Amino acid sequence: MAYHRYRWSRLLLPLTVVTTGLLASGCGKQFVVLDPQGPVARSELHLIETTAMAMGVVVLFVLVLFAVTVLKFRDRPGNRAPYIPNWSGSRRLEFVLFAIPVLIVVYIAVPTVQQTYALDRLPPTKHPLIIDVTSLDYKWLFQYPKQGVATVNYIDVPVGVPVLFELTANSPMNTFWIPQLGGMEYSMPGRVLPLYLQADKAGVYWGRSANFSGRGFVHMVFHVKAMPPAEFSRWAQGLRTTAPHMSMQDYRQLLAVGTAREESFSAYPAGTFPTATHGFTLKGGMYLEPN
Amino acid sequence: MAQLIAKLFPSTVLRPMEIGADASILLAVLAVVYILTRYRKWGWLWREWITTVDHKKIGIMYLIAAIVMLFRGGVDALMLRTQLALPNGHFLGPEHYNEIFTTHGTIMVFFMAMPFIFALFNIAIPLMIGARDVAFPKLNAISFWLFAFAALLFNMSFVVGGSPNAGWTAYPPLTELHFNPGVGENYYLIALQITGIGSIATGINFLVTILRMRAKGMSLMKMPLFAWSALVTSSLVIFAFPALTIALALTMLDRLFGSTFFTIAHGGMPMMYVNLFWIWGHPEVYILALPAFGIFSEVVATFSRKRLFGYAAMVGSLVAITLLSYGVWVHHFFTMGAGAAVNAFFGISTMLIAIPTGVKIFNWIFTMWGGRIKTTVAMLWQLAFIPTFVVGGATGVMLAVVPGDYQFHNSYFLIAHFHNVLIGGVVFGLFSGLYYWWPKMFGYMLNERQGKWAFWFFVIGFWVTFFPQYLLGLKGMTRRIYTYPHGMGWTLLNLISTVGAYAMGIGFIILVYSVVYSWRHQERDLTGDPWDGRTLEWSLPSPAPEYNFAVLPEVTERDAWWEMKQAGKTGRIPAKDVHSIHMPRNTPMPFLLGLSFFVAGLGAVFSWWYVAVAGMMGVFIILVSGWFDYHDHHEIPAEEIRRNEAALGRLEG
Repeated sequence: MAYHRYRWSRLLLPLTVVTTGLLASGCGKQFVVLDPQGPVARSELHLIETTAMAMGVVVLFVLVLFAVTVLKFRDRPGNRAPYIPNWSGSRRLEFVLFAIPVLIVVYIAVPTVQQTYALDRLPPTKHPLIIDVTSLDYKWLFQYPKQGVATVNYIDVPVGVPVLFELTANSPMNTFWIPQLGGMEYSMPGRVLPLYLQADKAGVYWGRSANFSGRGFVHMVFHVKAMPPAEFSRWAQGLRTTAPHMSMQDYRQLLAVGTAREESFSAYPAGTFPTATHGFTLKGGMYLEPN
Repeated sequence: MAQLIAKLFPSTVLRPMEIGADASILLAVLAVVYILTRYRKWGWLWREWITTVDHKKIGIMYLIAAIVMLFRGGVDALMLRTQLALPNGHFLGPEHYNEIFTTHGTIMVFFMAMPFIFALFNIAIPLMIGARDVAFPKLNAISFWLFAFAALLFNMSFVVGGSPNAGWTAYPPLTELHFNPGVGENYYLIALQITGIGSIATGINFLVTILRMRAKGMSLMKMPLFAWSALVTSSLVIFAFPALTIALALTMLDRLFGSTFFTIAHGGMPMMYVNLFWIWGHPEVYILALPAFGIFSEVVATFSRKRLFGYAAMVGSLVAITLLSYGVWVHHFFTMGAGAAVNAFFGISTMLIAIPTGVKIFNWIFTMWGGRIKTTVAMLWQLAFIPTFVVGGATGVMLAVVPGDYQFHNSYFLIAHFHNVLIGGVVFGLFSGLYYWWPKMFGYMLNERQGKWAFWFFVIGFWVTFFPQYLLGLKGMTRRIYTYPHGMGWTLLNLISTVGAYAMGIGFIILVYSVVYSWRHQERDLTGDPWDGRTLEWSLPSPAPEYNFAVLPEVTERDAWWEMKQAGKTGRIPAKDVHSIHMPRNTPMPFLLGLSFFVAGLGAVFSWWYVAVAGMMGVFIILVSGWFDYHDHHEIPAEEIRRNEAALGRLEG
């Protein structure tokens, strides 16, 4: 017995060190959902942790109960556990078994509703940065209506400023996901969906489409560069003076099926993104020019 | 002519892997034809199987088809996992990968799980409730042949014309002609439509059978739990499938006749499809899960040698899950901008399902408490189910938490979750039922030792496959990507997952080998009651005779057969009680109806309207002539039944 314990403890220490090491080092950073870099992702993670904890308790409880039952009542010679073949119910026990899941659900449901409402609104005090996002076959087009610039397959955002993404598609559906900044939202033709995210730390985060849209969808990956606001303004100013102008013909070229590299534009033609302010109506199709 | 050949055989059906599959299918067909001809079995095949209306034989045909489809869907899965084992894989190209994940999902849901469930309904339900057949035997055969020809049509796609490639959910506008020319999606739409007719008919059939044909004295609250699960499942099928029918029909109109329900241009509304699809799709999850729950309720009581704990609560939770399942569909697309109020509502309604499900889990555990648990293979699947399903349910609640779902949606966390509940819940349940009712179907036992090997390979393989996928989701891996680069931290987990998938494949092969081995070498079940069972099917010989019950049983208690045995009854019947029995007569009509639908479907897939109209004419003619078929019954004389029962040693005096 003592020998076994000895062996276990010797195994346990390196195992713990390695696991903690993996989680704490660069390897842990790859768990993007667990490594939030903004308030939205952080509150989502917080809720995920709360639920995971509650569910962990439930799973553990059931597993222990299950294991005890199976071990205790196995059919083997000499089993002295009571055999009660006609026992088929117990009001009190059944009430408890009903109450446990009810309590757990209440415990989870309350913060779920709170957060669902909270994350649906922009924080009221600040002026958001608006980025109009269009998913195309197979690339992302980003337009900054206030700054007047546009990019393909990358975005620059200021740190500490809420960003309102207005999502639509000129292609089959995609979802717009930057795991370290927060959860995803669909980009659909004929509709504009809002998604609010924010980066708190300067850095480069990856984003991608999480919804299959055909052959090249796997390449719909983009980078988000978060930087101090002053640097962001300089970047936008720089684009306005140095980058090429997007003509309607350039836009049509983007519509053509195929992948694209990162691109920058100093301006873009009006009416290529259908926000409410741009006169968009829910009829759909007005901005789609099939090739 | 060249155009026709290009349409029938586009480059996607001429890849080496497809040609190889074609060749092996051709060889298999030739072998079957040779054996049938060599041993003069064509007449036997026609009389005993193709024209049969016997629920037991229809059940066996469903079962064989389901296992063949499990093979196809499983091979698809292994191909996907092979491609993803390492970064930048070159095993499959993007189009090929897209086709295979589409057929994998579609086949597993529509052509594996559904027929497997209908197989067990057909085999067990009439026997359990003391009936001689289902309420509408001919309709039952029609359901089967519609399914069988739909499965044939769907599987033809990779030989002729090209496979569908927009995922098993087939969201428009990706399925619209503009983005998806070719006939692949037509196969999907039309094959599912045809099998859907069969499914709705099966739902009606079993609803009526269970409500109207129970043995004398078997009130609803004395029914076995599997019959209860079949009852609520039937009602789910009847009310959920029409939504799918509409979604598929509208997409078909868009593709074949130029309407614009879900298109990008001209005011189409793709999200409406998503709503319709999941209004069917979420009840569908329970159409698959509730029968498994029913199987577990039978198996756990039998092999714990104890009454089911909390029968009324079990029935109540089945009904509660049924009702709730219609009110949760939006949780499949919280991230489509429905707004906080709608999302909160559907998040909570989804969590509520955890309550009746939790009650069921506890009741299964307390059924074992105070029993004597025999770890037969059927029971092992049940024992593996409880922890697996609890974990799957827990991650399901995590997905119901709306803000959490924003991070999990479409990631491998979701993939791991639904495989966790669909394999850990449904497939484990179906395997449990397979081992449990096998002797009743075929009259011989399955080898337990081999069964345990298959079990351990499959269950351990399952966890090795899917646990890493939860972690991959947290690392940001999204579904349906055919490749991924180095440096994401996804490599090792994907490799482990692939190894697990192959272990599951080995488990499946052992299982199939064990079936063949047992047929040759395993002991026959001469008692009819090999497990010391509790419900009426075990009061019959294995396999049951055509008429099931020579004398219809009378029931006074739950676990009717167990109580009869406790009262010293043996299932033997007095000769004087035997009377002649009316039974439905075999008919080729269901087979021909399925064939006509197949022809019509094939015409529609390729827009060959003459063929489609000819097929529908066939459907019409066969239906009408079926109405005037007055010779649809035959009578088994009492003398023949007495002789048969005496030969089985079941006649008293």
